[in-house]
Amino acid sequence: MKIGVVTFPGSLDDVDARRAAAVAGAEAVALWHGDADLHGVDAVVLPGGFSYGDYLRAGAISRFAPVMETIIKKAGEGLPVLGICNGFQVLCESHLLPGALIKNHHRKFICKDQPLRIENNRTAWTSDYDANHEITIVLKNQDGSFVADEATLDRLEGEGLVVARYLDENPNGSYRDIAGISNERGNVVGLMPHPEHCVETLTGPSTDGLGFFTSVLKAVVSS
Amino acid sequence: MSTDTVSNATSTPDVEQPWAELGLKPDEYQRIRDILDRRPTSCELAMYSVMWSEHCSYKSSKVHLKKFGDIPQETPAGKMLAGIGENAGVIDIGEGYAVTFKVESHNHPSYVEPYQGAATGVGGIVRDILAMGARPVAVMDPLRFGPLDAPDTKRVLPGIVSGVGGYGNSLGLPNIGGEVVFDATYLGNPLVNALCVGVMRHEDLHLANATGIGNQIILYGAKTGGDGIGGVSVLASETFAEGGPTKRPAVQVGDPFMEKLLIECTLELFAARIVEGIQDLGGAGLSCATSELASAGDGGMFVSLDKVPLRDASLAPEEILMSESQERMMAVVTPENVEQFLKICEKWDVQADVIGEVTDTGRLQIDWHGERVVDVPPRTVAHEGPVYERPYARPDWMDALQADGAEKLPRATTGAELRDTLLKLIASPNLCDKSWVTDQYDRYVLGNSVLSQPEDSGMIRVDETSGLGVAVSTDCNGRFAKLDPYTGAKLALAESYRNVATTGARPAAVTDCLNFGSPEDPGVMWQFSEAIRGLVDGCIELGIPVTGGNVSFYNQTGETPILPTPVVGVLGVIDDVTRRTPIGFTADMEGHQLYLLGETEEELSGSEWAHVIHGHLGGRPPAVDLAAEAQLADILINASRDGLIDAAHDVSDGGVAQVLVESALRGGVGARVWAPDGLDPFLFLFAESAGRAVVAVPRTEEVRFTDMCTARRFPHTKIGVVTGESLDVQDQFEVSLSELRETWTATLPAALG
Repeated sequence: MKIGVVTFPGSLDDVDARRAAAVAGAEAVALWHGDADLHGVDAVVLPGGFSYGDYLRAGAISRFAPVMETIIKKAGEGLPVLGICNGFQVLCESHLLPGALIKNHHRKFICKDQPLRIENNRTAWTSDYDANHEITIVLKNQDGSFVADEATLDRLEGEGLVVARYLDENPNGSYRDIAGISNERGNVVGLMPHPEHCVETLTGPSTDGLGFFTSVLKAVVSS
Repeated sequence: MSTDTVSNATSTPDVEQPWAELGLKPDEYQRIRDILDRRPTSCELAMYSVMWSEHCSYKSSKVHLKKFGDIPQETPAGKMLAGIGENAGVIDIGEGYAVTFKVESHNHPSYVEPYQGAATGVGGIVRDILAMGARPVAVMDPLRFGPLDAPDTKRVLPGIVSGVGGYGNSLGLPNIGGEVVFDATYLGNPLVNALCVGVMRHEDLHLANATGIGNQIILYGAKTGGDGIGGVSVLASETFAEGGPTKRPAVQVGDPFMEKLLIECTLELFAARIVEGIQDLGGAGLSCATSELASAGDGGMFVSLDKVPLRDASLAPEEILMSESQERMMAVVTPENVEQFLKICEKWDVQADVIGEVTDTGRLQIDWHGERVVDVPPRTVAHEGPVYERPYARPDWMDALQADGAEKLPRATTGAELRDTLLKLIASPNLCDKSWVTDQYDRYVLGNSVLSQPEDSGMIRVDETSGLGVAVSTDCNGRFAKLDPYTGAKLALAESYRNVATTGARPAAVTDCLNFGSPEDPGVMWQFSEAIRGLVDGCIELGIPVTGGNVSFYNQTGETPILPTPVVGVLGVIDDVTRRTPIGFTADMEGHQLYLLGETEEELSGSEWAHVIHGHLGGRPPAVDLAAEAQLADILINASRDGLIDAAHDVSDGGVAQVLVESALRGGVGARVWAPDGLDPFLFLFAESAGRAVVAVPRTEEVRFTDMCTARRFPHTKIGVVTGESLDVQDQFEVSLSELRETWTATLPAALG
């Protein structure tokens, strides 16, 4: 079982995502933005960071990387793809997920331990969580406010595509406290907080993030 | 304007030159003429002026800094592999690893343009660490501002914090500690010090020299633009006069995305083993990099300035030489490796150009449009600049200041008064919760942050398998340094050392950032020399060397200098980071016994209590006993390794009261405590005696722990127990954790939004 982690110029959490994949028991494979070949991976993580310096808009340039062409195509065929933070932004820019991520409403970068509720545990990346499981994982972003038009938000809610929602105080102004969403098929998930920083108690606030990586292992095996 | 070539300079000896505007003194200009045996060309004048500025040449501090050489160059962890004079010091930490770390100032630019000043401060120190061959793994930023309620602080602080975060976060470097301190003297002179830690394998160590005749000089990274021209001489070496012209154009502009590419690209170049020598471009830009590389190497270098890629084609050669455009590096590469070098740069979208080569001329020669514009002995630019023995004298006001102790001031006596004092102190700007600042920094990226602020030290895991790690703390109490700069510097060292040991790491090496007023003021110069004397004596006594650092002078507005602020960073090594000791009282520690280690004296002068409650600064700082500090460190390190303590917190600003509040709020469990027999509850809570720590000991380990302290004859006093949801000072007062939290966390958000 191989989980590929893409490195774009300016990716920062790629090493962490590879470590998390390994901790979960997968073989982590480094993928390069300029290489369209996915090297046989069974799932892909688009990691956090500031790809291309967030110039133009966060994720706007990475979306055109050669590796993304393959990922967009394979995602349509069911390849599990998790976009974390900047990766979520790339997924929205690629139209694999609806909506967009804009600057935090308080205009500051924020790094904190954030409580979330996993509201959809039927996706490839969340099946190891209980329904309405409450977890605390790292949140850190500059452009983390999820926005979409009312119709889209209603559809996401109605179809159960909201994967995770912020608990307590909304940290960035996201509409309807949305922290993560999935596509209809459940193989593509975008998440603003960082599960990859929460796989060992020594360096993270919890191990609550590990479930994203163990979930996808099961999803791949069962498919 | 036509180019001022060497032959032109020779034939027109009497041309008036703007040496004074460039910050040179008459005798310095004459010395340049003597060195060259002619007048300098305008390019040469530009180079000498920036390289002989205070910031680059250390001309006022050199004679004092030399004393750091008296400290034995061995560290308790291992050998020093590179020391003062290199981009950053490097020490062996075992298992084939070496770490490099250094703290630098970026004070003046950050006052002029807070965001960019602070951002490029981070960028500069990161490139210093990278240039040693190391992967940067963490940053921390000791920051100092004017009063929190001053209007200018509301301009400067958010910009600086956002700049530190904006740059460091974009590089993917965890920010694991630092300081945020407020004092009126920093109002026109905020201090932005930036520290970076890097890790490498021994064989990756690189030095800044240009050797091997015929080797190629490659400039890579960002293009050269007009930003930061004269930043060094104009900004870093002059005080701000009111009504002067705006200096914003002299502040550099940073692009962290470029720097991130530069880091990954450079590490790949190192891994390919094709870098013979390397230097980052920071203050004084190409002038510095070319002259320092040549001076430290075989002594000759030729550079064709036309080959430097420019962002602005209209730049004159003088400007190209002085530009402080960020995110640039210079490498020395053998001719056969040039192609591979350029290929790796291309992979990372980093521009790279061969601009010259190492020669056997013994001279630094630079051409522009085919004509020679620089022809100088490089050592005279880089390493043999002017040296001043500035006059220094203990200021007359010291006697009156030291006679005016805070011990005589009225103190709280009743429980209600003590409670009130505690709440006022924890809400004060220096003692309140700093998460408004630190939440803007990414402390998690790279996944190796074992401890980060508000812990006593930041701690980074170096090896995931063995658990080898390093801890770093920076500290300085400028008020203590004002009361007695010798003792104050030792106290800064002692505090930083103690903070590292409290987490369980063994202190190994020191870096310092010496922030002072004008060296032309004999009183300031005395403070500086005393602080160095204190650091040297302290390091010798503790057995840890100074591996590098930085001096920042001219931190003063008019006649008022800042508090002397010798920021000391100590790096320690821990064999197994899973043994680290955090500060928090957590739920699993309910019932743990609290011990106060060390002696509490009637020491209140320079304390936060005197500052907050009485607005007072006078008297003598707490006594410092470094032998006791070393003993305390041994106890803390052994207790951590043997599992005898589960939490520990060093006692410094705000005293034991502050420790108890921070530990309780950090872990979410309170404490019931009492003043030990014979100790006045006020002094128990608020005295700032050095050499102390509070530890939480599991009941099962209590006998072993106290036996260890007894065997070492180290003072240890039981002061309470971890329990409940309040801080209960028996027979005095009780405050709920929720009230403490509300009080402690409200201050910065209320002031800054």
